[in-house]
Amino acid sequence: MTMDLQSCVTIEKEWDIVKARQLGREVAQKAGFGTVDQARIATAISELARNIYLYTDGGKLCFEIIDNVEQKGISMLSVDNGPGIEDISQVMEDGYSTSGGLGAGLPGVKRLVDQFDIQSEKGKGTEIRAVKWVR
Amino acid sequence: METLKPDAANYQSLLKHYIATQDEHSLYGAEQITKQFIKNNIPPEEIVNLHIQAMAALYPDLPEYFRHSMKFLLETMISYGIAHQEYHTLREQQSELKSEIAVAANMQDTLLATTKPAIDGLDIGVVSVPAHQMNGDYHHFVTGEDGSLGIAVADVIGKGIPAALCMSMIKYSMDSLPERTMRPQTILKNLNRVVERNVESSMFITMFYAQYLPADGKIRYSSAGHEPGFYYNARENRFEEIKAKGLVLGVDPDTDYRQYERVLHQGDMVILLTDGVTECRQGDRFIESEEVLDVIARFSHLQAQDMVDKVYKHFERLQNFRLRDDFTLIVLKKEV
Ligand SMILES: Nc1ncnc2c1ncn2[C@@H]1O[C@H](COP(=O)(O)OP(=O)(O)OP(=O)(O)O)[C@@H](O)[C@H]1O
Ligand SMILES: [Mg+2]
Repeated sequence: MTMDLQSCVTIEKEWDIVKARQLGREVAQKAGFGTVDQARIATAISELARNIYLYTDGGKLCFEIIDNVEQKGISMLSVDNGPGIEDISQVMEDGYSTSGGLGAGLPGVKRLVDQFDIQSEKGKGTEIRAVKWVR
Repeated sequence: METLKPDAANYQSLLKHYIATQDEHSLYGAEQITKQFIKNNIPPEEIVNLHIQAMAALYPDLPEYFRHSMKFLLETMISYGIAHQEYHTLREQQSELKSEIAVAANMQDTLLATTKPAIDGLDIGVVSVPAHQMNGDYHHFVTGEDGSLGIAVADVIGKGIPAALCMSMIKYSMDSLPERTMRPQTILKNLNRVVERNVESSMFITMFYAQYLPADGKIRYSSAGHEPGFYYNARENRFEEIKAKGLVLGVDPDTDYRQYERVLHQGDMVILLTDGVTECRQGDRFIESEEVLDVIARFSHLQAQDMVDKVYKHFERLQNFRLRDDFTLIVLKKEV
């Protein structure tokens, strides 16, 4: 398994969300994703970056191309040192998000990608890894 | 007409045809394809993409601004796509919930089952229909060794599952009463304590308990804040409300219930009900209690069971076949 160098965007201001989308889309394009999936990846990145922007004092989003023998894809890693998410199961329930779900929030991100994993510790921070494969 | 294949080529050819002719036929074709898309769970962004590709194939030198505009549209569709998926998940969850509730409702039917007893000289009719899947009304018959018949009718203020759970508790409290021949006031006093101890104060249960003594043709009754029933005096051909005072169950653990009695004569009737009967609505209007009596009177020449069935059918229809509250009606007719 070979991996490209990781490229990251630090999220502090709202503008950084746009930068993350931009970078993520470039990586996705390079990985060989089509237009529709590129758009999906950008949306997923938006949600992750927005959460860092809204709920923490800062964090970063990192992207890398995964290229192994069977498949190619993109890995999106969101890392922050924020307050953490206490009840992950609840947050992952449809309709829990402040916007009332329907097309957004973390459950939305999960739907947009192929693999999704959250680790979070109260007071320490949150790490979310999402992977999408080229079809 | 050719069979419509829900694929890109088909979309493209319909689109081409439509651009050339603007005919209804292509639009009908598009409609049929859409149905396939929905059936196969195709999200909206895929359809926009299909359109982009079809246009690119039909018109290789589309203006740049048009291509950008389509890309823009595609991006705006992504969130709709997620919402679409979420909708599917929610639909599945809903049907799971529905079948779970159906199982619970079945269990409840078994738990709360009571058989209409056969008592010489007394014709009994019962109908009890829940507004939703689970019934928050409850009725129960108990026959004592002395030949007496106990009849309980209860109603939880509230509907649905919480009400139904509450009723299961009432049923078990009744079953665990020490004897089956207890007087109505004693039974209500006992249940009152059980409810006071076990049910949240925000839930109210009303109950009417009647005991029929065939040997004396007498009926004893007490009420815990329950919707008053009616007594039909055959000799005078007149209905009157059965007035009985008593506090709703579970409010005050030390309440005593008053007990009343009355002798029934041939042709007399006792009508017990829940507020699902008296609070039937026609449109936005609550019906008057005289209307309930009119309907009951209209069918009173029938056998008790026929009678309650007919009354129920009448009100079911009046409310456009959608009950708003659980509906329980019991008629006792003294035959001899
Ligand atoms: N990185 C994070 N750190 C701490 N808490 C977070 C983080 N991400 C999400 N949360 C918490 O999880 C909740 C749910 O997040 P989610 O993104 O699903 O919905 P939302 O942000 O509330 O609304 P939406 O994203 O739909 O506008 C948030 O309200 C927030 O409390
Ligand atoms: Mg969010």
